[in-house]
Amino acid sequence: MQNAVGEVQHVVVFGGTSEIGVAIARRLVTPATRVVALACRDVAAGEEIAGTFPDHVRVEVVPFDAGDTASHERVVAEVVERGGDIDVAVLAFGVLGRQHELDTDPVAAAEVVHVNFTGAVSVGLAVAGRLRAQGHGRLVVLSSVAGERVRGALPVYGGSKAGLDGFAQGLGDALHGSGASVLVVRPGFVRSKMTDGLPEAPLATTPEAVADVVADGLRRGRRTVWAPPTLRYVFAVLRHLPGPVFRRLPLG
Amino acid sequence: MGELVEVTAADAAHAVREAGERGVIARGLGRSYGDAAQNAGGRVVRLRDATGGIRLDPDTATATVGAGLDLDQLLRVIVPQGFFVPVSPGTRFVTVGGAIASDIHGKNHHVDGSFGRHVRRMSLLLADGRVVETSPDVDAELFWATVGGMGLTGVVLDATISLIPVETSRIAVETRRIGDLDTMLALMSEGDHRFRYSVAWLDLTATGAALGRGVLTWGEHATVDQLDDRSAADPLAYAPRQLVNVPPVVPRPGLLNRASVTAFNELWYRRAPAHRVDQIQTIPAYFHPLDAVGSWNRLYGHRGFVQYQFLLPFGAEATLRDVVQRLVDAGATSFLTVLKRFGAANPAPLSFPRPGWTLSLDLPAGASTLRDRVHDLDRIVLDAGGRHYLTKDALTTPECIRRGYPRLDEWMAVRDRVDPHGRWQSDLARRLGLTRGGTDAERSG
Repeated sequence: MQNAVGEVQHVVVFGGTSEIGVAIARRLVTPATRVVALACRDVAAGEEIAGTFPDHVRVEVVPFDAGDTASHERVVAEVVERGGDIDVAVLAFGVLGRQHELDTDPVAAAEVVHVNFTGAVSVGLAVAGRLRAQGHGRLVVLSSVAGERVRGALPVYGGSKAGLDGFAQGLGDALHGSGASVLVVRPGFVRSKMTDGLPEAPLATTPEAVADVVADGLRRGRRTVWAPPTLRYVFAVLRHLPGPVFRRLPLG
Repeated sequence: MGELVEVTAADAAHAVREAGERGVIARGLGRSYGDAAQNAGGRVVRLRDATGGIRLDPDTATATVGAGLDLDQLLRVIVPQGFFVPVSPGTRFVTVGGAIASDIHGKNHHVDGSFGRHVRRMSLLLADGRVVETSPDVDAELFWATVGGMGLTGVVLDATISLIPVETSRIAVETRRIGDLDTMLALMSEGDHRFRYSVAWLDLTATGAALGRGVLTWGEHATVDQLDDRSAADPLAYAPRQLVNVPPVVPRPGLLNRASVTAFNELWYRRAPAHRVDQIQTIPAYFHPLDAVGSWNRLYGHRGFVQYQFLLPFGAEATLRDVVQRLVDAGATSFLTVLKRFGAANPAPLSFPRPGWTLSLDLPAGASTLRDRVHDLDRIVLDAGGRHYLTKDALTTPECIRRGYPRLDEWMAVRDRVDPHGRWQSDLARRLGLTRGGTDAERSG
C-alpha cells in the first residue's frame, strides 16, 4: 500500500534492465519502500542491478519475456506472490530495431511490434486486472513522443509506440473508478543503451530526468506526462503541421 | 477502492461471508486519520447504529450499547441522567466499536487508562460467522487482542461499558500558560495526579527559549456547589451544538499555511490566561472544541493532512525536546499540537498508551518537508523506546510497528487462531503487514 504522502511500498518494472525503468524505480524508493521487482529476460543483468538498490529494499528478479504473451498472467501472479500488492508497475521494455534493416525485413518489423505493442498490451492487461482487483495501484506506460506523431525515420518503432499510447489511454479510461489508474509517459530522445550511436534529437534528455517527470506525475495524479515537459507544447504544434513541412523538420 | 455496505448486527455475518478474497473490515464513523477503516478492492461494513438500544444500568453505572452507536448519541442520553463516558477523545463522533478497536485514550489516561479498561464485555462476530461473548474473564486473550486490534479480530456487535457518575455536566478547569517545554513537562509531572483530566497544547511556531511553549489545562467534573445559580438549577443540562461549518469550497491549497498557523498559534497562546482556576466549562467546550466547527479538515485544502502521533517513555524527555526542536526547524505548520502524559498500560498487546509522553500533531500532506523528515523522526522515536499510534498512522512501515510493538507476534497468534484464512483485512493491515493479507511474503518481509 502507498502511504498518505504517496510513498510506495512495492514497485515492479517490466523490462527490469531498462535504464529508464530502473531510473524510475530508483527515484520512487523511499524509506517506506519494501520491494522492487525487476521482471526481465536477462536475469543475470537484473541481479547485477539488484545490488545497486539500498539495503532496506528487497529486490526480486523475476524472469520475464515480453514476447511470450502466454506467460504474462503467471509472471504478474509471481510478482504479487513475492511482494504483495503492486503500488506502481512500470512497462519499460521495448526494442528499437535497425530501421534500415526493418525496411526490407517485414518479419523483423513484426517482431518489434510484437514486443513493443502486443507484449505491452498483454502484460498491461494482466497488471490492470490485478490493480483492479486490489482496488489501487498505478500503471506507468512508457510510450514516446511518437505516440503523438510518428516520424518517417522510425515508422515501425514509432507506430508500435503510437499503438501502445492509444491502448494505454483507453486502458486508463477503462480503469476509471476502480481505484487503479494509468500514467502515459511520452519521452523524446533519451540518451541510453537503446539510442546509443543514433543522431541526437533536439531536447534530448536522460533516464534520470524522465524518472523525475514520472515521479512528479505520479504525485500529482497526472494521466499523461512528457519528458522533458516542454515537448508537450512542441508536439501540440508538430501534430498539426502539414506533412510536407513535418517531413522536412530536422528531428534527428 | 473498497465497497461500503451498511448492515444491521443481525445480517453482519452474511455480509462478511459474502466478502471476496480481499476481505472485509468494519468501519465506525471513519474518523481514524489513516487507512485503518479502508479496504482497497475489498469490503467495508458499517453497523447501522441502534440509538434506541442504549441500556443504562444506573446501579452498576454501566451502559450496554450497539457497537455502531457513537459517543455523541450516547452522551445525549447518559449525561442528563448523571453519567459520563469513561474515556472521551477529542471528538464525540467516534463509535463504541471504533473506540474499542483503537483502544482510544483521552485527557484522563493518567488516571483512568484507555477505553478498553472500561469494557466489561462485548459480543464479537468472528470470521467464521460465529458470534462469541468475550470479556476480561471469558477468553481474555481474544478480548485483549480485540482491544486495540484495529478491527482485525472480528466485528464488535455490542458492548457493556462502565460509566463515570457525575453531579453536573460541567468541568471545572484550571488553565496555565507555560513559557517553555521543560517547565511544561515538570508541571505536568508534579501536578497531573491532582486532576482527572490533563492535556497541554503546544505552540510549534515558537523558537529559541520559548521552544515548546503552550497552554496546560487541568480539569475535574464540577460539583453542583461549584456552579452559579442559573446553571445549578439544571446541573446536568447537555446541549452540544455545531457552531459553524467550513464551506465545501476552500481556496487551493487550503487556508492553513505558515502565516495563518503562526497567527493562530500566537493568538491561542495569548488568549490563554497566565493562570486561572475554577473556570466552569461545558463538556463540548472542554472535550470537543473541534466538533464545533463542521468539516474543519477542509481547511487543509484538497491534499488534506496527516496526523503524526507518537509516544516516548518516561526518561526520554531529552528525545522529546529533540523531536520538538526538529519539528520546529522543519517549519511544521501544525494547527493543533497536543501533549499528554500517559499512565499505566492495559494488557492489550496492540494498545498504544503506556507510561510516557505522547505528542500528536497534524501536518499538511502536501508539504515536502514532512516527507523528507518524518522517517528520521520515526527512527529517533523508536531508538528511544517509543512507538506510533496505529489509529493515526498513515506514514510508518512494518519495521517501525514491529519495533514499537514487541508483543506483535503474540497478537498475531491470537488473530490467526480466530481468523486462520485472513478474512479481516484493511489497507492499514496490508501496509504494515499486520495480517496474512495478500501474501506470506509480505508478512515476513
